[in-house]
Amino acid sequence: MEAIKTKIEVTEKERLPVVSEREAVFEARDLAVYYGDQRAIDGVNLDIYQRLITAIIGPSGCGKSTFLRTLNRMNDLVPAARLTGQLRYRGIDLYGPGVDAVEVRRRVGMVFQKPNPFHSSIYDNVAYGLRILGMKKDLDERVEKALRAAALWDEVKDRLKDSALGLSGGQQQRLCIARAIAVEPEVVLFDEPASALDPISTSAIEDLMHELKRDYTLVIVTHNMQQAARVADMTAFFGLDVSPDGNRQGVLVEYDETEKIFTNPSDKRTEGYVTGRFG
Amino acid sequence: MDKKSVLERTRGRLDRIGDPALKAITFAAAALAVTVLGLIAFELVRGSRLAFHRFGLGFVTSQTWDAIHNQFGALSLIFGTAVTSILAIAIATPLAIAIALFLTELAPKPVRALLGALVEMLAAIPSVILGLWGILVLGPFVQNQLEPFLNSTLGFLPFFRGPHSGTGILTAILILTIMVVPIVASVTRELFATVPPELREGALALGATRWEMVRGVLLPAARPGIFAAVALGFGRAVGEAMAVLMVIGSQIGIHLSLFAHSDTLAARIAGQYNGSSTNLQTSSLVYLATILLVISLAVNIGAQLLIKPIDRRPRRRRIALDRAFEAQGLSAD
Amino acid sequence: MNEPAFTLKATGRLRRRQLVNQGMGALAAGAALLAVAVLAIVVISVGSRGAGSLNLAFFTQNQAQGFNPKGGGVLFAIVGSVVLVGIATLIALPLGVLVAVYVSELAPPRLARVARMALDISNGIPTIVIGIFVFTILVAAHGQSALAGSIALAIIMLPLIARATEEVLLLVPSSQREASLALGVSRWRTTVQVVIPSALGGILTGTTLAIARVAGETAPLLFLTSLGTSSTADANPLHPLQSLTLVIFSYSDQADPAYQSKAWAAAFTLMCFVLVTSLAAKLALARYRKKLGG
Repeated sequence: MEAIKTKIEVTEKERLPVVSEREAVFEARDLAVYYGDQRAIDGVNLDIYQRLITAIIGPSGCGKSTFLRTLNRMNDLVPAARLTGQLRYRGIDLYGPGVDAVEVRRRVGMVFQKPNPFHSSIYDNVAYGLRILGMKKDLDERVEKALRAAALWDEVKDRLKDSALGLSGGQQQRLCIARAIAVEPEVVLFDEPASALDPISTSAIEDLMHELKRDYTLVIVTHNMQQAARVADMTAFFGLDVSPDGNRQGVLVEYDETEKIFTNPSDKRTEGYVTGRFG
Repeated sequence: MDKKSVLERTRGRLDRIGDPALKAITFAAAALAVTVLGLIAFELVRGSRLAFHRFGLGFVTSQTWDAIHNQFGALSLIFGTAVTSILAIAIATPLAIAIALFLTELAPKPVRALLGALVEMLAAIPSVILGLWGILVLGPFVQNQLEPFLNSTLGFLPFFRGPHSGTGILTAILILTIMVVPIVASVTRELFATVPPELREGALALGATRWEMVRGVLLPAARPGIFAAVALGFGRAVGEAMAVLMVIGSQIGIHLSLFAHSDTLAARIAGQYNGSSTNLQTSSLVYLATILLVISLAVNIGAQLLIKPIDRRPRRRRIALDRAFEAQGLSAD
Repeated sequence: MNEPAFTLKATGRLRRRQLVNQGMGALAAGAALLAVAVLAIVVISVGSRGAGSLNLAFFTQNQAQGFNPKGGGVLFAIVGSVVLVGIATLIALPLGVLVAVYVSELAPPRLARVARMALDISNGIPTIVIGIFVFTILVAAHGQSALAGSIALAIIMLPLIARATEEVLLLVPSSQREASLALGVSRWRTTVQVVIPSALGGILTGTTLAIARVAGETAPLLFLTSLGTSSTADANPLHPLQSLTLVIFSYSDQADPAYQSKAWAAAFTLMCFVLVTSLAAKLALARYRKKLGG
């Protein structure tokens, strides 16, 4: 990873609500995730707040993606993955008995590192989720609304029937965002959404996240600290910890307002990471 | 003169002729492979001339196959081939896709390899063995259980009437289905495996169930390849001679009933192994082989054209696909 | 905390969708189970009928002469099969490798495409058609012989071996080729001394698969080599020889159960050979591909 020697500028944002007014969407309590015998993250205690952008940063291998994928139960797809501790979503135990992962994922959408449009038209990509969920009324309007919200409408409105694979990388990623928000989720997770994109597309995605914040709770995993500083209200720093049994696992080192993390971190490890001295 | 320079000189001489020689020899081999293909077509056309002069294209629309009166026609054989192959591929396709889905999407990892190997073993069983099994094991079951059952439940349809028999169209369809399922399944399985996992995750992350992901994302992404795989399986069914010869009953005639005896192009040719009595009959058999060749060429080339449009994939996937088709005798190029 | 106003459980529409999902999963599992069951039924019924008739005489003796189908064995057919497949391999293996070398190493792209397409089309030709072809060019004039059968089998094997070889040649890292060429080693030496040796494992397993495939072929042999009911062991390829597959076929429609049990025994022998060799070759090929990083 490229070392950053200078202090990172934190973008000016609207005032954050004071702590007592924030409403937690996710509450992680002593959360640990295992892949087989390997512990990937351990002892995570973290609240993610409604209608804010929360960034998760940290060195590679620190379990940031693992943590993100527990939030919409995508880790269920890894056969050997299991979880201890508790993770509540708006008060409900996300891994409690009877909870259906499909319902969780409908409410908690996800945008991936690599744009992954389906092999169908632009329109059908956005309509896919709506169709399976039975939201077939006003399908055209819903598709347009999602494409507008993803700032893609003007670029594609004349070629909705064209294959989505013909779009540029940045457009494909915005299409994937449109696809995710078309089904009206409550949260959207971004797993390094701009790491495969050029700077102009990246900046378009970041602008878009600011727009989406009005309606959605956003969580973004990124290895790009400037990006976290630019978009996030809250930032969680995950670090690597070696336990006495030799297992290397990710732990939550510090979680605070982005400004504080980047300008006045309380943990030495965070300070070392954000000023580029390690990681 | 010391040893080294002798060595170097021979090496130099060898190299001067080596490169063009290798090129010439390998080119000759490749040319031979292409020539054999052309020669097969030429010889078949030449061999069928006599029958063609006598019967013309009317051969294709005539039902008779009468060695005593020297009257030959292919219609009922074409009918038998079409009915057995189309019904076999119609039964086999959904089964094969379902098996491929189970193997790539549902079965636990350790089970996958084992099951996949078992399905491929089914494809490896020689057709003469399936034929033997068809006469002596499957046939009696069809005659005593399956046909009475079909007759009593669906007997109001003309397809399920008539005397029960262990040999006939129904048995041939079942044997062909058994032969075709593993072929289509293993190609389809490779196709599914080449669909990137990110596409699956994309659908699941939207709140799709696994089946909705399969229907909405996996099947559309693999569709052209599946068509090609089905065409390939169909070609195999059309060309299968032995197993069909052993179970179909070798009778000329067009019947609606699936219980009836019938015959196919390939099985009729194979069935005349003990010698035909006249040159005209031999020529008529070669004529049948020519028709068979035309059908198999059309199916094969059609399948290749189906695959072409998706060939903009990265090289790695293309190799995986090539391997899948090649294993079954078809290229993804 | 208040009781949440929503649920993450499957209700209503989602419950229906999950039922469809489970139903489809069950159908897929059922289809896979059916395929395995059919394989098991075929293998068990051939095994149970065939294994009982196997004894030393079956492999070491010829068919008893006269009208006594009991006793004796199928040595003549085993010898015939070995001769037929052996000669076919001797023809197809070198040709197939040469074609593959041309297509993957030397040919201009357009010619390579033509050759590849010809191989794939040949592969799709029904084997009975190949039998008729060899009949018209050889047997019609010179009579039946094992050699004619071998040529038909070689035509079937050639595209299989060529395509398998081409695939492994593609897997040989181009760095190996370039390293050799950069040392000033000529192209043919590079091909013969570097490329083919490192692809040898793949070529041999591909050939083994082709052998397993043609060992079970019957249709192309029907006109080309002998179909009599009695014969003696003979290895002369210019004579019409029998094969295991022809024996299975001709014994299968004999009314005498002694012949039928010989057909089962021959089928069991052939099945074991084909399944074991093709399984072993596939395992070896998978390992080989992994080694070359395919």
